[in-house]
Amino acid sequence: MGGKDLENRMTKQELKPRRPKTVTCVSVGILTAAALAGAPRVEAQDDAIDVVRVRGPIYMLVGGGGNVAASIGDDGVLLVDSGSADMAGAVLAAIRETQELQLMGRDPDPLRWGAEGRLSVLAYRDGYQPPKPVRYIINTSAAEDRVGGNAAIRASGVTFVGGNVAGAIADAGVGASIYAREEVLFRLVERGEVDLAYPTDTYYGSSYKISHHFNGEGVRMIHMPQATSDADTLVYFPRSDVIVTGDFFSQTTYPIIDLEHGGSIDGVIDALNYVLEIAIPEFRTEGGTMVVPGRGRLSDSADVGYYRDMVTIVRNNVQEMIDRGWSLEQVLAERPTKAYDGLYANESGDWTADDFVTAVYRSLEPAQ
Amino acid sequence: MRVKTVPIIVALVAAALAARPAAAQMDISGQWAPVMDEDRDERVSGPELGEFMGMPINDAARARAELWDSSIQSLAEWQCRPHGVDYITRGPSQPFITPEIDPASRNLIAYHFEWLRSVDRPIYMDGRPHPGPNEAHNWAGFSTGQWIGDVLRIHTTHLKEDYIRRNGLPRSDRAEVVEYLIRNEDVITWTTITYDPVYLEEPLIRTSEFQWRPNQQVPPYPCTVVTEVNREPGFVPHYFPGENPYAREAADVYNLPIEATRGGAETMYPEFKQRIQELIPGR
Repeated sequence: MGGKDLENRMTKQELKPRRPKTVTCVSVGILTAAALAGAPRVEAQDDAIDVVRVRGPIYMLVGGGGNVAASIGDDGVLLVDSGSADMAGAVLAAIRETQELQLMGRDPDPLRWGAEGRLSVLAYRDGYQPPKPVRYIINTSAAEDRVGGNAAIRASGVTFVGGNVAGAIADAGVGASIYAREEVLFRLVERGEVDLAYPTDTYYGSSYKISHHFNGEGVRMIHMPQATSDADTLVYFPRSDVIVTGDFFSQTTYPIIDLEHGGSIDGVIDALNYVLEIAIPEFRTEGGTMVVPGRGRLSDSADVGYYRDMVTIVRNNVQEMIDRGWSLEQVLAERPTKAYDGLYANESGDWTADDFVTAVYRSLEPAQ
Repeated sequence: MRVKTVPIIVALVAAALAARPAAAQMDISGQWAPVMDEDRDERVSGPELGEFMGMPINDAARARAELWDSSIQSLAEWQCRPHGVDYITRGPSQPFITPEIDPASRNLIAYHFEWLRSVDRPIYMDGRPHPGPNEAHNWAGFSTGQWIGDVLRIHTTHLKEDYIRRNGLPRSDRAEVVEYLIRNEDVITWTTITYDPVYLEEPLIRTSEFQWRPNQQVPPYPCTVVTEVNREPGFVPHYFPGENPYAREAADVYNLPIEATRGGAETMYPEFKQRIQELIPGR
């Protein structure tokens, strides 16, 4: 029996994605919050976002450019990255729909007092609360599809201010807060982005954290030096045990290394090994600490292990070719990624296997 | 007479159908042991390095296998990995299969396949849909089963990357697997078909047999990661392309031209015997 015959025995339905997306969201229109001065208008769009529940309040939004992670709960919304600019409306619509589903699935708090004055049925009838706003965005780098939605999504959100937090400054509460390495701010200024896209809180040390729990847990930002650039931040949600990597780990592409802005192949490998160091699997190297990659499906430490192996092997083989005196053209002709191109090559996109090998070569070649 | 016979036949058929379980046509639960009359060397000790004969692999799989150094199994990230669903039937492990029954309807919710040194693998029989494309993958994948007469057909998605042979031949996480379990009295014939768009030229089809062993008990197998080799953190064992010193091992052991050992879809078919003859010098 030939392979084609067997392949034909798999029904079309089996070869397609089967379960309806967890939440398929379509932008509902122009954001009213975009009326804020300087905020770009976000047009209605038909692009769908796939929302994957990760654990606890953490979700992964796929389809908005690079993956966006979201902590959605009673405190509001915290995003890790904002996706591409043209998908900001779809990302916000997906968040809104997820909030609605959360509210639908929640039983109201039981009345434990004042039974003669309070009617418990009202808790069900009147229990709807408007979804809470986006309060924080963390950028894992300055890449276009990490920061592209900053302005529009920031404009839709709010920073609660008062007391010792600049309550007297008129615009301190305008929009959500944006956290990032300070190099992200430098890049956005260099590019001439609108002010509203700029990080409002930057850090320059090895790590940073939001000063208080958000949706029931801390939020750690850890600098990954010289990874895809000099501005990479890994985000860790310790209670949910979820790591968000940004672009140094992907399920669909080779790591996108920006040499011009401080990226390096060895920094990418160091970042991947750092994830393996802090992640703890649940059983037989799978599950446990979950990892939201820069692109592609939800992952765990075993998936990061495979990716670390691939990146390390390509790096070592290119290094060996350099040591043997091979030119970049000779290295490209040997195609050191050929064992992996079916998984990660993106020949129709803007980061091909040759782009990756070139970046590895340039990253390793001795300084002239 | 004829008038009386028809109702009787109808009644007998109706009674027979009513006696059949609603979901399971053939019980496959219990303890099973592999029958290794064929391929014992491959299934226990493992194949020679560089021996890819009969495997419909493509150039990328061959390139990946030639980079492979078996020492990678000693890395912390590799030590406790179980065999994948489309390899474990070709290994030496014993499975036990338990049904999960809904207490209200007594319908079969799932079969659970558990193997020595592996993970629980539910086979959902209740019609639930497969997860979406961005959900996590795991070693056991996500499996649904349906009966085709007395044959259980299983379809598996959401697999982690794994291997199809214990000498470095990869199977990607984009693969899907279809299995057919056919029970004849005390023997299950287990057919596994792997469809891998990344590393296979054609589907990989393998069959294995398992014998009912009611006195068998598969023990637990907890696994703890240890430091097996002192190395620099982040070290990944592998070979340089084209310089794997064991690439010729199978060719030398079987006195074959190396081209005959490199696999590919053509090596699955009888016509390849003629090709081997052509590759032998002096013929």
